[in-house]
Amino acid sequence: MALTSPEKRIWWNEPLSKIELTWIVIAFLWGLTMFGTMVYWHFTGEQNLSNEAYRIRPEVFAERTEAQAEKYKVREEGDTGIPVVKPPAGSDVYMLARRYEFWPILELEKDKQYRLHLSSMDVQHGFSLQPTNINLQIHPGYEMVLTVKPNKTGEYSVVCNEYCGVAHHAMVGRIYVVDSKK
Amino acid sequence: MAKDFKFRTCPETGLKVHSQADALIKANAVVAVVFLAIGGLFGLLVALTRWPAVHMLDAELFYLALTAHGADVLVFWIIFFEVAVLYFASAILLNARIVLPKIAWLGFILMLVGALMANVAVLQGESSVMFTSYVPMKAAPHFYLGLILFAVGALLAVGIFFGTILTAKKEKTYEGSLPLVTFGALTAAIIAVYTILSGAIILVPTFLWSLDLIPHIDSLTYKLIWWGFGHSSQQINVATHVSIWYATAALLLGAKPLSEKVSRGAFLLYILFLQLASAHHLLVEPGVSSSWKIFNTSYALYLAVLGSLIHGLSVPGAIEAAQRKRGFNKGVFEWLRKAPWGNPAFSSMFLSLVLFGFLGGISGVTMGNEQINLIIHNTIYVPGHFHATVVAGTTLAFMGITYLVVPLIFQREIVMKGLARWQPYLFGLGAAGISLFMMGAGTIGIARRHWDITFSDAPLTVDVPGTAFMMMGLNGVFAIMATIGGAIYVVVVVASILFGAKRDEAACKANPVVTAGGGEAVASYGAEEEHPNLSGTIVLVTLLFVTFVLYYYVNWKFLSEVWPLS
Amino acid sequence: MTDNSGSTNENGDEDIPFMQRLLDNPLLLLVIGVASPMLLYTIWGVVEVALIPLAN
Ligand code: HEM
Ligand SMILES: [Cu+2]
Ligand SMILES: [Cu+2]
Repeated sequence: MALTSPEKRIWWNEPLSKIELTWIVIAFLWGLTMFGTMVYWHFTGEQNLSNEAYRIRPEVFAERTEAQAEKYKVREEGDTGIPVVKPPAGSDVYMLARRYEFWPILELEKDKQYRLHLSSMDVQHGFSLQPTNINLQIHPGYEMVLTVKPNKTGEYSVVCNEYCGVAHHAMVGRIYVVDSKK
Repeated sequence: MAKDFKFRTCPETGLKVHSQADALIKANAVVAVVFLAIGGLFGLLVALTRWPAVHMLDAELFYLALTAHGADVLVFWIIFFEVAVLYFASAILLNARIVLPKIAWLGFILMLVGALMANVAVLQGESSVMFTSYVPMKAAPHFYLGLILFAVGALLAVGIFFGTILTAKKEKTYEGSLPLVTFGALTAAIIAVYTILSGAIILVPTFLWSLDLIPHIDSLTYKLIWWGFGHSSQQINVATHVSIWYATAALLLGAKPLSEKVSRGAFLLYILFLQLASAHHLLVEPGVSSSWKIFNTSYALYLAVLGSLIHGLSVPGAIEAAQRKRGFNKGVFEWLRKAPWGNPAFSSMFLSLVLFGFLGGISGVTMGNEQINLIIHNTIYVPGHFHATVVAGTTLAFMGITYLVVPLIFQREIVMKGLARWQPYLFGLGAAGISLFMMGAGTIGIARRHWDITFSDAPLTVDVPGTAFMMMGLNGVFAIMATIGGAIYVVVVVASILFGAKRDEAACKANPVVTAGGGEAVASYGAEEEHPNLSGTIVLVTLLFVTFVLYYYVNWKFLSEVWPLS
Repeated sequence: MTDNSGSTNENGDEDIPFMQRLLDNPLLLLVIGVASPMLLYTIWGVVEVALIPLAN
């Protein structure tokens, strides 16, 4: 039994039953398939997280974000005072996370590519883009750069989904995706 | 050799039990149950707060309760219980003495002091940082110190385990190889060493940083090493509860592993690869390469998943073979229908096996894919997944074995048997419910660790789908069910220990908890002699496999619909 | 229980297959089980984080 030492002194040489052998082979092949699927997706899939990242001081990242916001600000969001920024299609866009906001609001064009730069000013935050449902971790001191291509117009929320302090649940940002003709 | 050590002989199993092993198991198990009770209560408060219609605690208390819940159940309940399992699987199963019992007690005291200290820190309110305590968010120094003391105590316990099995070998208290269950416990102990080392490497500097003795802790490095601790400790759980499955099947049904080689080989895969899965938590972090992510998150080509799938066949297979030998041989499933479903030790074990495999295992491997993690990271799907593994899987397995530990180690009858009989079903169903509904809400993007999905305090509005509200409500309902199941467990166990009738030799004979004849009933069906009929198990694993493949590719489909990114 | 008593001394072990000997050696397993994730997960990971370049 499982609670006592094996009955045979040498148990390693016991033959395998067919059932066990078959299951082991199936399970092993399934593992290879799952591994292969991840690798395969890197070559053919459209959703792969970039490996591009840099160390950056929060002040420097904030400067760049502010410079861009000033240059491409198109309006303010209601009476919140938060700028809505619309950088040209294909360009670099910056969004910073800090307790308790994602700043600024971005306006992007559908089916255009952008290089999105993300970083945090203080603690870790979660960048959760809804309703498309993309979730990224944002660290202070690190800048993540990824290429995104919005595939549907609409109003997207950026919800913080890493606990970052008492008002974590109020930390929300926004991204608008509009048709390119507009 | 055994100088003046006091031993008793267990009237049911004939095992020689060292009095120190008895005492250490009792102490660790009792403290474990106390932390489960405290932590479970916090869990209920958290679930009721996340039920939008109830929204019980205010924000600050919610984050405090969530921190306490994670630490008390995930760390303290589980690890105290695991220490008890380590002493059981070493000293008791090997007929051996605990080496250096004083050190074992020192470990116990350190763990207890550490756990209390961390709880005090959290309840004081300055340490609501979640049990992960990601830097640069800072907790009070005694929060980290508590965790460090706890870890040192646990390391001592693991050391005693190694000392005990090595001494047992030297003193020839057993012959040949370790019993399979002890080998599983050894697997857990090995993973525990890596776990605790990782914890020490990162928590000691973090403690110094909280005292302003170190200027800076890098957040990415912290997270990487912390999960070497945080996730590996989940792997200790897996190795431990798989061992408990084997142990329960052996004690109750006389089940014997189909093949020592296969089961031990599967544990070896755990030892080699299971800990790599710590990478699951870093799949959407900046700057860590896809090669590292894919290799580690897949446990090197899914070799540890292979180990689990093997146990997934071996455990029910052993039960089926044993039951068929005992005459339940009709059709495909008579062996399962005629299993002792009224015995909470068995029902816990089997529910744990099924729920862990179907809910926890499948969801875990799926969300652990590098790219699929993009649609799941930090959503409430994550707690959904691990309530299937660590609550429906580990906790339920631990509850089940308690129904054997109380009569065999505490030597008390279980009281309130009628309630105890229903306990695993209530708790199992509740745990399955919270897992499923949290996974469901996570699939539509609801965040974990989040006080308010209406975003009423936020400057911008967020459109949250109505189904999310419904699922978080149902989560609350099942949380109540799980809490009732958990409360019954605590009450039955405590009452049995305090008021249960003493089990003397006569009582053991009259009312045995261990199947008479155990091992003999199914003595050697080594593969060369006869092939056991495993048709029921084949149906079960086929079902598991088909569910797995379908669910896996459904999630790739979901992924393929989100914004292209690279 | 073993059917071959007195076989656990060093001389009697020669016929035991390599894999069984490995599985019967807790300390060796401990070393492998700690070294493997330390190398593949921790050290490899820390090196990757350390090599993240500075932003220009
Ligand atoms: C009565 C039983 C339980 C209920 C109702 C329950 C409910 C919950 C809920 C609703 C969450 C919050 C999810 C969120 O907002 O992010 C949570 C988190 C958690 N639970 Fe449980 N739980 C129970 C038992 C357990 C047990 C037994 C364990 C461990 C063995 C456990 C481990 C955890 C952990 C680790 C977290 C995450 C904490 C964090 O995010 O920092 N729970 N639980
Ligand atoms: Cu945040
Ligand atoms: Cu947050």
